Amino acid sequence: MDKKALLFNYEYCSGCHSCEIACRNHLGLGLGEWGIKVTEVKPFKTPEGKMEWIYQPVPTQLCDLCADLVAEGEKPACVHHCLSFCIDYGTVEEMAAKAEKLGGRVSLFLP
Amino acid sequence: MAEEKWKTGTENDYWVRSCAWSAPGCHPVGCGIKLHVVDGKLVEVKGDEEHPITQGRLCVRCLTLPEYVNHPDRIIYPMRRAKEDRGLDKWERITWDEAVDEIVERTEALQAEYGRETVIVFGGTGREGTLYGPAFASAVFRTPYYVYAMSGQACYGPRNMTAASIYGSIGYPEIDIAAWSPERYDDPEFTLPELIVCWGKDPLPSNPDGFFGHAVIDMMQRGSKCIMIDPRITWLGSRCEMVLQVRPGTDTALAMAVCNIIISEKLYDEQLVEKWVYGFDEFAERVATMTPEHAAEICQIPVEQIYAFARRYATAKPASIAWGLAFDQQFTGTQAGMCVMAMIFMTGNMDVPGGNTCGAGHRGFLGKWRVETQSCLPPGQFANRIGKEEYPLFNHRMFSASPDSFLEHFENDEPTKFRMGFFSSSNPVSPSNNNDPDRWYKMFKERFEFVVVTDTFMNPTAMACADIFLPLSTFAEHNGLVQPYYGGNMQYMGAINKAVTVGEAKSDVEIMLLLGRRLNPEAHPWATAEEFFEDHCFTQLGQHFSDIQDDVVYQLPYYYKKYEQGKMRGDGYPGWNSPTAMVEFRSSYLEDFGEDPLPYFKECPYAPVDDAPLHDERYPLSLTTGMRKYTSFHSEHRMIKSLREIDPWPWVEISPETAEEYGIVDGGWVTIENMFGKCNMQAHVQANIKPGVVVASHGWWFPEQEADEPNLYGNWKANINRLLPNRLCSPLGFGSIHDNMCCTIRPATSLEDGVELPCFPDIPQPYPHMGLIRDATNIDEPGTKVAAYDHYPQEHAKACE
Repeated sequence: MDKKALLFNYEYCSGCHSCEIACRNHLGLGLGEWGIKVTEVKPFKTPEGKMEWIYQPVPTQLCDLCADLVAEGEKPACVHHCLSFCIDYGTVEEMAAKAEKLGGRVSLFLP
Repeated sequence: MAEEKWKTGTENDYWVRSCAWSAPGCHPVGCGIKLHVVDGKLVEVKGDEEHPITQGRLCVRCLTLPEYVNHPDRIIYPMRRAKEDRGLDKWERITWDEAVDEIVERTEALQAEYGRETVIVFGGTGREGTLYGPAFASAVFRTPYYVYAMSGQACYGPRNMTAASIYGSIGYPEIDIAAWSPERYDDPEFTLPELIVCWGKDPLPSNPDGFFGHAVIDMMQRGSKCIMIDPRITWLGSRCEMVLQVRPGTDTALAMAVCNIIISEKLYDEQLVEKWVYGFDEFAERVATMTPEHAAEICQIPVEQIYAFARRYATAKPASIAWGLAFDQQFTGTQAGMCVMAMIFMTGNMDVPGGNTCGAGHRGFLGKWRVETQSCLPPGQFANRIGKEEYPLFNHRMFSASPDSFLEHFENDEPTKFRMGFFSSSNPVSPSNNNDPDRWYKMFKERFEFVVVTDTFMNPTAMACADIFLPLSTFAEHNGLVQPYYGGNMQYMGAINKAVTVGEAKSDVEIMLLLGRRLNPEAHPWATAEEFFEDHCFTQLGQHFSDIQDDVVYQLPYYYKKYEQGKMRGDGYPGWNSPTAMVEFRSSYLEDFGEDPLPYFKECPYAPVDDAPLHDERYPLSLTTGMRKYTSFHSEHRMIKSLREIDPWPWVEISPETAEEYGIVDGGWVTIENMFGKCNMQAHVQANIKPGVVVASHGWWFPEQEADEPNLYGNWKANINRLLPNRLCSPLGFGSIHDNMCCTIRPATSLEDGVELPCFPDIPQPYPHMGLIRDATNIDEPGTKVAAYDHYPQEHAKACE
């Protein structure tokens, strides 16, 4: 079967929270409930003096990859609304190929 | 189903394609949005993938729009309160007819007694109301006093003035994102910038002035590199090839040194300069006085960074510079802007693909009308406004009267007696577009016999002083137009298409017509807002409003190198619109108004360095304010629970070194204080902040707290603008020091700990900086120390008890 995945090009995740709210709207969740949540590695200086700072959206068990939207030919809500266009959706194979092409600072989630 | 192309579905279940503006507040980016209405209620929004700029994306402020539109606390009917109940939550619902009758009657009575100019129209920042506020003053109330209460109108206007002083046109230079093209970055006319410089600007959370911030990320993903100049390494900074972490308020020293390097190493386009630049030699001589080594000391950054940045920018082709609000909010920000304009021009990056775009003049649908409404005033009255003598250039260029002069006249109550306030989308007692909020608050309470506020929710200003509250509609509830950059250097417009009706809320234009047709009918010939838009669109753009509504987005053509084709000047000749038709590195315009025509750097008088004449050792930290997050727009959105869940409390960022020195822990409450005032926030201890710098949020009040005075929704607790005095603008009246003050910081126990309510013994005046500013050339003379200053010295503090 074509198992589906979300790809996060987290080099470009700016921590804008759009995925969180778009997802919550779509799933009809309340305060404190998340289908996807942005986690943060807070800024710190590496020994080379470079600032490391990571935002990584994490899908929760409530994420159904927006099966209904996808069935209607739309993108999952988080992919659609991400201000950085850094989330993608497709088969695991497609996303793995894309991840390899991007080369780094990429994650795949199979919620 | 309706015939409009922008509406699809059935009568009871339909989608509307629209562009976002306000309310809720935002800048005029006009993000593409689809609004889903079921049984007359907005139930859902989605980003519009057909929108050429945002392409389906939305930020959390739009994604929570249904929560805002349908919020139980929204005010959706006109309200009235008895004058003796001001400051108390005692409102009664009235009809629009009653509201309009009362406003007309009271306006006419007060104007008969005190003159038409007794009315002040206060305008805020960013919202649609900023387009219509000046006309509310001159056409509806026929008063010359439209007032933007922030010292020096320190937001966007000063940068426009700087650009106009160099090349003669309004038309804010912005980084090229091919906003004019349906193909965008793939348009063959466009070139991807090799380098984007974000200078004093964090475009991602702020979407400043009409610029879709994440376009920077779009271009980085396509290969552009980025350099940032900011006391913080913002998240974007962490993705940049270099960040120059300058001390707040020193950008002018850096910019002069960068120009110095570009000129002395001949990294500029000599032919271009020879042909189009006026005053280059004098400019070169002036910037030569700022060596990179000296600038490095002033800015507290390694000198190697200055050389590396200057060489990188000058040799990257093309390169663009996004110059931000920090230019309006530091002491010699105008001069920093002059240098940045020179950098763009002399490296050949102005008006070229992938460089900085610039406008020849106003391109919007309203520019002409906004000026023409001044003819509703007696001849000469607008030109003779308060502030004319002190700040003639400001008076000449700005719709607002100089807020710095104005506040003092307001306090002195002469010669004009201001007795009526009309607040259009403005909340100037909360920490947003003001300085000295206590002083404005005192005047609102004491002077006004009648006050009208238009807004969507109750706010501290309205609770403190309003008599009539008019409910404003959100952009989901009215028709209108989005005009990015307020019309200057605009490359597209967006249609705001009405999706839903909520209560009896009305748009700014609808309220303007309702009042204008009673108070000044000749100036308001339009029966509806749609007629108004059709008239202006057709006469100014040759477009029908309904066609723009159908297309949702209307992109205008953009022409590169306009100055070679006669497209910058009204007379059609090649050249720029300045007095010399050149790009004036030596600004004859500034010289005419008594300012140095060449750039210079001066410390803010209160900066925490020995060179600052009013440096006070009690306040050794640099204070920079007004930092943004995605979850709010200035003093808005605090009642939206989904957004407060993400950013619940006022926050201030400091480095781990500063935190340790001052005994502060991450997440703990702190008091931020200087000689003008204090407030409390929660500390975020972060390694990306420059040590010695305090980075504070703004716009905080607490809708969940008690409304009644004295608490006033907690308005005074986290009010960072209480630390920012009036009259610290430039000698020409532009800009202020919201990014360029001093403070100290210490642990506090809570949001409330030690907070003082406004109290008004005689506020000691004048401020010690006032004498210094007028004589700008002497301001950093060594040895001109002035005695330390307390806004509330002990005897005054006692009077307040």
